[in-house]
Formats: sequence, structure tokens, C-alpha cells
Amino acid sequence: MERKTKVNAEEGKQDLVITREFELPVELLFKAYVEPEIVEQWMGTKVLKLENKKHGGWQFQTSDPQGNVVFQANGVIHAFSPNEKITRTFEMENAPFGVQLEFLEFERLTDDRSKLTMHIVYRSVAHRDRMLQLPFAEGINMAHNRLEGVVSKLK
Amino acid sequence: MNLRRDVFQAIADPTRRAILLLVASHSMTAGAIASNFDTARPTVSKHLQILTECELLEQEQNGREIYYFINAKKMKEVADFIEPFRNMWDDRFNSLENIMKKYKSKK
Repeated sequence: MERKTKVNAEEGKQDLVITREFELPVELLFKAYVEPEIVEQWMGTKVLKLENKKHGGWQFQTSDPQGNVVFQANGVIHAFSPNEKITRTFEMENAPFGVQLEFLEFERLTDDRSKLTMHIVYRSVAHRDRMLQLPFAEGINMAHNRLEGVVSKLK
Repeated sequence: MNLRRDVFQAIADPTRRAILLLVASHSMTAGAIASNFDTARPTVSKHLQILTECELLEQEQNGREIYYFINAKKMKEVADFIEPFRNMWDDRFNSLENIMKKYKSKK
């Protein structure tokens, strides 16, 4: 299967670029980033605040089925041009990853196709590499928890 | 972790990446590899040594010649390092695309 999402992370650099082409008009792609109820659906998180304007702030929160907050992130919007770009900061709360700077560029390819380029700059190479490893570590944790769940049922 | 770091340093060099691409299709001798580059032969040898040390390339003696071939397992490990991160975004973006396609047809 074709890899639709590409990640370019060069060794020894403190940034990375994520690119993706969508079978969507650029207006719909952009909408998916600004309408809180849509963001909630595809990001799988609750949107507490999303002020789509220069100097606006945003805040996301995810809870587990028991209602415990498992993820909280926030940031500030530095630039906001509809259907073109969003520049914002991103910080995961209670996590040792620091603030990252995100440049989101929305590009019209045809009437029904568009491209997103997400350039993320981290505080250091080490911060970036830790962030890259996070889903990998989470995957291991999740598999471990699932295993624990299965094992505890066996007992 | 140190070994992994070395692997990434190894593939950060454009000549070494070109060598890996070259050898990916079939095993080759150092001479055959060097003939593809304008770089001096000892420089290519040094690159081969680094790639071999971090196990991206393996050597096989065939008569008087040493053939280099790619260590597919090691190359996969390198790809695996960012794969979970890429998958996470791919899942999110697939979901975004599906949601917006439905949104479009609802309009």
C-alpha cells in the first residue's frame, strides 16, 4: 500500500517535516483544523479551547474511560491565514518534552486535492528524538497493559 | 542505544546512503562500488568500513574477492524507529480524510 503520510527526520537535526496529500479540497482540510467538533473526532481528544486567530490560545484534553485525564496539551497561535497556514506552539503538560513550534501549510493541488506540510521545530535534537520514540514506547506500554489485562483475567 | 546512534550517523552521510542504495539490488565488491563514485578509493573503503561496523552491510568472501551485501534486518530496524510515529499521524490523517469526505457529501 502507498504510504500517504511521509515523515522526514534527518539525523542530528532538531526538526522534522510531516507531509500528506488529501483527497479533499483545501477548504475542507483547513476546516478539519479549526472546527472544534471535527478536531475532536480525528485527534481523538476533547477541545477545551481553540481560538483561531493571531494571539489566540488552544487547549486539548484526553481522558480515559474512567474519567482520569491522561493527556493535556496547550499552545498559542502565532499566525492564522484561512486555507493557507497556521503557526502555533504545542506543549504537552506534565511531560518532559518542552515546547515545540509548528508551521502548518495548507496547499491547494486541484479542486479536490490538497496537501498539508507540517514543519515541527523542537528545543533540541534530544527533545525531538524523545518525541519520535514516544509512540513506540506507548505501543509497548499498551501491549504490556493489554497483556496484563489478559493475564489478570486468567488468574 | 549507542549502536543505534551510530547507525543513524552512518545513514546521515549522502555517499553512504548512495552506497546502500547501490548494494541493495545485488552484492558487490569494493572495487565495483567505488567505480560508481568520483571519490577516492580509500574514502569509499572508509565508508564501507563504517557501514560494516554498524552492521548495515555484511561481507562475504568469494574466492579472492570480498563482496558486500545489505543487512536487511538492520535496515528494517532503522525504518522501524520512526515508523510508529509515522503510523500515528497516518491514522489521524486517514480519519480526518474520512470525516471530511462524509462532511462534504452531507452538504
